[in-house]
Amino acid sequence: MVLLLAVNMVTRAGFSLKQLKMWGIIRQKVAAGGGSPVARIRPVVSNLRNYSSAVKQMMVREALNSALDEEMSADPKVFLMGEEVGEYQGAYKISKGLLEKYGPERVLDTPITEAGFTGIGVGAAYYGLKPVVEFMTFNFSMQAIDHIINSAAKSNYMSSGQISVPIVFRGPNGAAAGVGAQHSHCYAAWYASVPGLKVLSPYSSEDARGLLKAAIRDPDPVVFLENELLYGESFPVSAEVLDSSFCLPIGKAKIEREGKDVTITAFSKIVGLSLKAAEILAKEGISAEVINLRSIRPLDRSTINASVRKTNRLVTVEEGFPQHGVGAEICASVIEESFSYLDAPVERIAGADVPMPYAANLERMAVPQVEDIVRAAKRACYRSVPMAAAA
Amino acid sequence: MRFIPESSEKRVPCFRVLDDNGELIKGSDFQQVSKEVAVKMYSHMVTLQVMDSVLYEAQRQGRFSFYLTTIGEEAINIGSAAALSADDFILPQYREPGVLLWRGYTLQQFANQVFANKADDGKGRQMPIHYGSKKLNYITISSPIATQLPQAVGVAYSLKMEKKDACAVAYTGDGGTSEGDFHAALNFAAVMEAPVVFICRNNGWAISTNISEQFRSDGIVVKGRAYGIRSIRVDGNDALAVYTAVQAAREMAISEKRPVLVEALTYRVGHHSTSDDSTKYRTLDEIEYWKTERSPINRFRNWVERQGWWSEQEETELRSSIKKQLLQAIQVAEKTEKPAITELFSDVYDVPPSNLAEQEKQLKEIIQTYPQDYPTDVPV
Repeated sequence: MVLLLAVNMVTRAGFSLKQLKMWGIIRQKVAAGGGSPVARIRPVVSNLRNYSSAVKQMMVREALNSALDEEMSADPKVFLMGEEVGEYQGAYKISKGLLEKYGPERVLDTPITEAGFTGIGVGAAYYGLKPVVEFMTFNFSMQAIDHIINSAAKSNYMSSGQISVPIVFRGPNGAAAGVGAQHSHCYAAWYASVPGLKVLSPYSSEDARGLLKAAIRDPDPVVFLENELLYGESFPVSAEVLDSSFCLPIGKAKIEREGKDVTITAFSKIVGLSLKAAEILAKEGISAEVINLRSIRPLDRSTINASVRKTNRLVTVEEGFPQHGVGAEICASVIEESFSYLDAPVERIAGADVPMPYAANLERMAVPQVEDIVRAAKRACYRSVPMAAAA
Repeated sequence: MRFIPESSEKRVPCFRVLDDNGELIKGSDFQQVSKEVAVKMYSHMVTLQVMDSVLYEAQRQGRFSFYLTTIGEEAINIGSAAALSADDFILPQYREPGVLLWRGYTLQQFANQVFANKADDGKGRQMPIHYGSKKLNYITISSPIATQLPQAVGVAYSLKMEKKDACAVAYTGDGGTSEGDFHAALNFAAVMEAPVVFICRNNGWAISTNISEQFRSDGIVVKGRAYGIRSIRVDGNDALAVYTAVQAAREMAISEKRPVLVEALTYRVGHHSTSDDSTKYRTLDEIEYWKTERSPINRFRNWVERQGWWSEQEETELRSSIKKQLLQAIQVAEKTEKPAITELFSDVYDVPPSNLAEQEKQLKEIIQTYPQDYPTDVPV
């Protein structure tokens, strides 16, 4: 019964039966948790048991939609632009209902030209509008990266403050499920290396609402990295979060779970995996502190360092490629500022250093799993079993 | 079955008002200009030419790192600028300082920019010739080619939303039309019905790439139709023709809310920039021919003089006055201090971030501790 409900919810959220099968949600027999390796892949349907709680549940998709709606309603200069955002209601339905509500002058369906609409968005921002440009995935932002970096990020500086670019670039980033190398790249480190840009990455619905609103209101260009697999995930939201004035500060990380033995930093979908890892670690007597970065640039170095100074151990986790990644920056920051507090070498978990393969078993091996985080935390606590494990 | 041939038998004709000697062509569509406007246009063309010559020489003397001239394209610069209103928003490539000059940017401001001193409006952030002025509705020049084209469409969209009696005007060279951004911008502008005028300075060369190697179409004008855009080819060395065509294009763009393409044929007399020696890929004879016999300045001068609005004496006086002003401006600019160290850290974001504030503080402390290692002409 629960399984049927799950399938129902998830298919209504737009996932195909094929995807559900791949994730092991539909199987010949239902394994009782912790069975075959396939059972571990369940990114979407985690919180369906909590239906009857008094706190409102909101899907990330709905959180983003409501944030866009409220900001467009509050400021007539805000407008949305991208492929399929209007008539199709958004490739991932994030902009559902907005064309109908605000009309074609504020929700623009564009021809297929990332370079074109990104350049146009930047030009509109130069002249005073506040565009929200959607990339169907950030992989396609590569075709527009010149406009993001050279036309948006650097303009305020190069024009000595005369040209500000209050633009938001948003869309799904990082790995999805079964979409291969050109649809799975994580661009957090790429964009976060550029001065002049702000880079945000939400995890929960609260993050999605608060950070998107902050991004739209910010006078600087913001790269807003969502995650396709999180769109259908529900999170509890308080009345404060639902209020239209709700906004989260840019540059502040959130401590999702307090702990005292090891600090785990993560962003986006990986926060969910880290929290699961923390549960497992707790059973083994390791109290992990999970930090949800929320903001990749500016990075909340003070929260991260304060945490490491408390726990003395660091594990950074990300989906993206390891070299020059977000974790590399966090490790460097901690070593620079809190070296004498470290009781163990820093641990850096990242995606495999290969273009994302398509085959489901290979894909699973190419992104961090909960066990990888658990093993790394144990290593940092000198609790690991000394054997050559493929970390 | 009939294939549309790759090119027409006849090339698209070129709109002209003055012949090569500066005589009015009988029967040509001509927007009459007053003496005031004509003299202002002519003297600005001369000013542009003198400014370019003097600043080019200064670069060759090693006084600043880079320069690029507009020699041979003065008619496009000034003719188009004169046809526009102050509210029209300009997105240039980089060979259009004449438009800024027309709108009131002073010789001193140009000099300050190339010397990147404290008085530079750009706070010394950019390399020479990358001017800009929000006040004069002229966006700061950005080096990547053709990126200003889709941006112009965005600006035009904003203007349309504001219902303003103004358009966006984007300039590009012949080389810029090969960029993906050119295609995206034109296509999109037509679909969006954006009031933007695209002015293409087809000057025959993109550094050493001749137009025969840049595209195989009959220039740029024929590309307009491919996107559903009204287009015209004009003699870019005929100041009055440029003036007339751009004025008409502007009118259409604003009243009909559509993009318009103007291809202005001209010749790049100077080298691409001070980093180029064009004699390596074209003959001195060719350059000399376009510099003297096809000079847009001489041609317009003939017409203005024939109207009785200009004389040899005024010519001499103007040229020597501009030259003197420029030498003065250069001296002042060179002596002016460089921008203060604080400008290294400002404007990255709207509000300076804490890491930069911290670094600035640390840097100032180091300078205080080791003043002998720090240059004296850079204020802290």
